[in-house]
Amino acid sequence: MTFEWIQVPYALATLFIILNYGLLMTAVVRKLAARVGGRPGIPVWQNYIDLVKNFALRSKINHGVMYYLGPVFRLSGGIGLILFVPTIYGSSWAQNFSFAGDLVLALYFIFFGTLGMALGAGESGHPHSAIGVSRGLAQVTTAELPMALAVYSLAIQYQTLSITEIVAAQQGGLFNWTLFTNPLAVVAAMFAFVGTMMRSPFDVVLAPQEIPIGPPTEYHSAYLALMQTNRAIFPIAKTIIYMNLFFGGAANWAEFAIKVFLLYMIPAVIGVVHPRFRVEQSIRFFLKWGLPVGILAILTV
Amino acid sequence: MKDVDDKFLKNLDRTVPLREELRPRKVTTPDGQEIEIEPLKDYFCEAAPKVHAKSYFPIVEDFYNWARANSLWILGFGTGCGAIEMRPLMTPRFDAYRYGIQWRPTPRQSNLLMISGYLSVKTLKRAIRAYEQMQGPKYVVGLGSCTINGGMYWDSYNTIKRLDQYLPVDLYIAGCMPRPEALLAGFMELKKLIKAGKCEGANKYAENFATYKANQKSVIKDWDMPDYNW
Amino acid sequence: MRDIHALLKQRHRLGPLEPRKGGLAFVTVPRENLRGLLLELRDTHGFTHLVLLTAVDWMEDGLFQLTYMLNNRGRDLTLGIRVMIDREEAQGDTIHDMWPTAATYQRELKEMFGIDFPGSPRLDEEFILEGWTDLPPYRRDFDSLAYSQQTYAERPGRVTHDPREYMKSKLYPDGV
Repeated sequence: MTFEWIQVPYALATLFIILNYGLLMTAVVRKLAARVGGRPGIPVWQNYIDLVKNFALRSKINHGVMYYLGPVFRLSGGIGLILFVPTIYGSSWAQNFSFAGDLVLALYFIFFGTLGMALGAGESGHPHSAIGVSRGLAQVTTAELPMALAVYSLAIQYQTLSITEIVAAQQGGLFNWTLFTNPLAVVAAMFAFVGTMMRSPFDVVLAPQEIPIGPPTEYHSAYLALMQTNRAIFPIAKTIIYMNLFFGGAANWAEFAIKVFLLYMIPAVIGVVHPRFRVEQSIRFFLKWGLPVGILAILTV
Repeated sequence: MKDVDDKFLKNLDRTVPLREELRPRKVTTPDGQEIEIEPLKDYFCEAAPKVHAKSYFPIVEDFYNWARANSLWILGFGTGCGAIEMRPLMTPRFDAYRYGIQWRPTPRQSNLLMISGYLSVKTLKRAIRAYEQMQGPKYVVGLGSCTINGGMYWDSYNTIKRLDQYLPVDLYIAGCMPRPEALLAGFMELKKLIKAGKCEGANKYAENFATYKANQKSVIKDWDMPDYNW
Repeated sequence: MRDIHALLKQRHRLGPLEPRKGGLAFVTVPRENLRGLLLELRDTHGFTHLVLLTAVDWMEDGLFQLTYMLNNRGRDLTLGIRVMIDREEAQGDTIHDMWPTAATYQRELKEMFGIDFPGSPRLDEEFILEGWTDLPPYRRDFDSLAYSQQTYAERPGRVTHDPREYMKSKLYPDGV
């Protein structure tokens, strides 16, 4: 695939759309949770105000280089995920920088932010951050296992590592989707999806009520704003990958919006009605249910 | 009933020694090196708080103030009985979230410190630490008559009577205790103040730092923390 | 209750039994007999629960009164055992080996009344107050009002009424 300069503004436009979509989506999910609890909930534009406020705070404290880089890594994990994954299939400008081996890169970027966060939170020197990060890494690692297995299964099935080609192979009708051609892989991947979206029952790492808010304990003002931005972008980016790999991708923005919304609602709805797992419980859950399904998916391809 | 009593004189001679683990000392490291440790200086930054200027353009500052007013993050730190009255604000009946008011678990991320009720000297110490760790602009709301003039603890040996002697208070909500409705009204009032740019408590604290510190140290006898801990 | 009192009266030099409402009674015992009495009550008579340990300041008599409240759950009896100790050299006997919870009560008494309990664990650690430099605040010669006036800044404008006169003027404004 050749590179052209026009791709840069195109990719930024995609990023902008996804950022706004993510900010609204996060608010909608919080509103959903509030409505389940019988509350009106936050206004849908609340996330924008929070962002502006955090950027507008006058003082900030730096604990060192890695502390500064933590949110930057995290955000670049989210942005990188978007930039290297084709958002809209067949669109000339929302292809971003996808290339032949982008599936591997995407898998890497999913993990990248967490690692950056671990370094940053480690340097903040707060014990809660250190505990939170170690719990988070343990949980995310096991949650990603079924996802990795499902992706290998897909790579074997389609004989490619390019997300564009995987999407292309799923075109031409509902029953060409991986959901129907390789259901075991989809089930395994959905375990990982629910597990890494940081919603209940797997949100013990970031929950404000647990070891206070976990890794970002020390983060504030603009640092926190960066992480909020990532909290908006990253789940959408991840959902895009799942949509591309398992649910036939999207051929236009409307299809994109609907599919991402529905996919995003899966962990949200599960989260609203389920209490929180402890870390060891969720690890056990993934190893017990997610991992065997993933292995089965590879075996049955 | 007598209001002023001068027969009893409080003991002014005794001072509280610094806790042992906070005293400066010499330590031999495992490789035989001898190093000097002064915990209060080594582990904390000594810089005093700074006065932060407003944004250069008034319109930008107004926009920021609007955002600050509509995104009040409260530190979930209940000092007294008033903490009970804050809880209903999260529930379906009052739901303060719809006004952009949220509770944060860490002082770093919050902008609003609610002193919810009486403040014993021991809690005052923690409240000061929490306040100083918050990022400016930050606001303090005193809840209930205890923070205003001592309330029913007016003759207590261990609770302060005027909060604004120790922290810059932006707003008081009167009552014993104020009900959640009063709290919501107070929040709305605070929003108006913030939008009008009148809540500059952090700068006030930085400007009158020496006064505030002197007041704080006059009641906290075992001052075992740095002068400003952020 | 009376049967237990009659049984133990001679051996432990108990004072007269002072029954209150149902199942609650008080008795005074000399300090030397306290430990034996508590042990026997706990082990033989089923008073297994230490409800509380507190003190009363009899400043005019120069005494502190320690009250040990014991409860017999099986028979629903509560017995308060009073021990009078000297106020000047206030010292009690620790019972933390019988009821571990007593150690906490004794820490509190040490801090709030200045009563010493030699041998009680963590007795000298701060319990509630931090950096307290004055008299123990629950002693009656500690004037709480005066201390607070001399320590904490006041907001001017506070008015204090004598409750009796104030209520009178409110309820009977005509002075009837």
